[in-house]
Amino acid sequence: MRIARPPQLLKVRSGGLTPIIVILAVLLVLLTARQPDFLSPPSLMSFLGRSAPVVLLAAGQYFVIVSGELDLSVGSLVTAQVVIAARLIDGDPSAGWPVVVLLLAFGIAVGLVNGLVTTLLRVPSFITTLGMFLILVGAVYLWSDGAPKGSLSEEFRRLGRSAFEDVPALGRIPYALVVLLAVAAAALVLTRSDFGRTLVAVGGNPRTAELSGVRVWRAKTMAFVLSGLAATLAAVLIGGYSGVSFQAGAGLEFGAITAAVLGGVALGGGRGSVVGAMLGALTLETLFTLMNFYGVSGALEPTVQGAIILLAVAAASFRVPSR
Amino acid sequence: MTVLAVSALLVLAACSTDEPTTGASGSPSGSTGSGTGPGTGSGTGEQSKFFVQADYDQQLALLDAAPTGPADKPWEQALNPEMVETAKFKKPGPYKICFSNAGLNNPWRQVGFKTMRAEVDTHRGRISEFVHVDAEGKDQKQIADINDLLGKGCHALIVSPNTTATLTPAVEAACRKGLPVIVFDRGVDTTCPVTFINPIGGYGFGHVAAEFVTQKMKRGGKVLALRILPGVDVLETRWSAAKVAFDKAGVDVVGVEFTDGDPARTKKIVNDYIQRYGTIDGVWMDAGAVAGAAVEAFEDAGKPVPPINGEDQLDFLKLWKEKKLTAIAPTYPTYQWRTPIIAALKILDGERVPNPWKLPQPTITQDNLDEYVDPSMPPLHYAMCGCTDLPGYPKRWK
Repeated sequence: MRIARPPQLLKVRSGGLTPIIVILAVLLVLLTARQPDFLSPPSLMSFLGRSAPVVLLAAGQYFVIVSGELDLSVGSLVTAQVVIAARLIDGDPSAGWPVVVLLLAFGIAVGLVNGLVTTLLRVPSFITTLGMFLILVGAVYLWSDGAPKGSLSEEFRRLGRSAFEDVPALGRIPYALVVLLAVAAAALVLTRSDFGRTLVAVGGNPRTAELSGVRVWRAKTMAFVLSGLAATLAAVLIGGYSGVSFQAGAGLEFGAITAAVLGGVALGGGRGSVVGAMLGALTLETLFTLMNFYGVSGALEPTVQGAIILLAVAAASFRVPSR
Repeated sequence: MTVLAVSALLVLAACSTDEPTTGASGSPSGSTGSGTGPGTGSGTGEQSKFFVQADYDQQLALLDAAPTGPADKPWEQALNPEMVETAKFKKPGPYKICFSNAGLNNPWRQVGFKTMRAEVDTHRGRISEFVHVDAEGKDQKQIADINDLLGKGCHALIVSPNTTATLTPAVEAACRKGLPVIVFDRGVDTTCPVTFINPIGGYGFGHVAAEFVTQKMKRGGKVLALRILPGVDVLETRWSAAKVAFDKAGVDVVGVEFTDGDPARTKKIVNDYIQRYGTIDGVWMDAGAVAGAAVEAFEDAGKPVPPINGEDQLDFLKLWKEKKLTAIAPTYPTYQWRTPIIAALKILDGERVPNPWKLPQPTITQDNLDEYVDPSMPPLHYAMCGCTDLPGYPKRWK
């Protein structure tokens, strides 16, 4: 038996982009009120460039969350990738691309393990990826004796740090932004494909999806692999932006999850859009910048993230069930 | 499921932001303070509750003290030494020397420990066995480690405590066994060890850096202070001394921010401040780990790098030389890891040693920068290791 539903209202409420666009617009207005220069091309470009990694991670996290799972391992994967890259490159300019290929393979492998353990061994993804998080933290610590060794070459760092200079009207366009736009386009195509729709169906109701012939385990595993790939790209950009550090990925998993939730992706799966998740990440970064400009201590950032997760989940529980 | 996930997420989010990442490590005691420093002044906020006026005065006085001992071996020098008798510990060699180490969990300790092992190697004839136990940054493990070592027939015990208060009873128990105990780096709340070795300390570090930034920047300029994290005594003392110096000079400190030791975060913070104020005229840092990131933030924003301080890590020194920065590097020298071995051998010979053994704390300036920049050393190496004359240099430190 179907429950009659008000179509217009529902469209705004469940997974639509309107709320996040409104929030972002409000924050941008507040930001420009305080800092009129913020939207000027050089400052905006640098903001978008440095926000690219967390936006990438939010896109990766979207695929996992919409399929009904969570990926807590991305932050430690980023750290691991940066530390591995530094040790393998060790300042050697020619080692850049081979190492990137290796990192991508490692990212895929971590995603595969996360996915297969979650689906085939039926361990809740929360536990699987928490385990992976701890394994990576410990392994990196052991492998590097507690302090990163080696260094990233300037060539490797270029992608995260440099830009197309002297672009008409915009000044400089960070390479990171170009990478981000390319990934965003690919992610959008992917969500519109059969795979993307299947993933949403799997997250919405895995049983129904299973019964209608979807191989749920394969779809979910693919989602984890995509998240691992996004983390790898983010690691290349972060390593480039700021160099090798044990802190490279600290807390990024929460940034990505908060961003996705803020962007209207429902924890538990089945609702949301990848554009929403990415806008959520930009909104979060804008919010942190705004806090800084208004002189709020950066120490409050985790508190704000926590409040957003709680509010978003609370708000979601008040939603009219869509089916 | 969702509720479980969310609540656990929140717990984890809290954990992920407070990993201790101190570059160097601690100064003696002084973890409780009067909290009555000079009044708050130019945006530096309240004085740290770790601030102890007497310790501050003593450390600043030591900065000007002339050390005794061989000039080319600062790790054998002492500031204002008061000698203690050690005749009762005199024994024929060779010796078994045991070392309970708080941890090897940062580059500073890694460099220090390599230096210590090399020092042991120079005394091969006299030290028959060197036992090292790593507490991995855990108090409980270190208490057990010290207890285990007491049953192993050590002739002398060296302790680098993980935390001051918690390790005090374990060190006292070791003293009661009658073997000479030597404590270095961070201290303990007891006078029972034969000697306590460490450099001048955090106030000296913070003061030297703040004075430099104040003097080198344009008058009335804006200073950004970058700290790793709050609540760690050695870092609190560094900041509290800088605060006193900035307040006294009436410097406009526009921000005091915590970086978590994360270069990406550091770059974002500096970038935000550059946007917010158009320019920043001086940067003060409580540890050198992210100094390179701060410099890069100015470069990437197309701004000149203002006067800044770092530490003696090679990545910063190389950057300083390459980019011709206006910079200074106070140190918390890793050569202090050599001294406990030297002290142990002196004590077992019945020679008098200083207690406390205050080591000089040199500063790297523009004038002596070239002595310390060695492009062939890794970026996280600490230049003030006093290790260039030790066996295995430079390979061992790479």
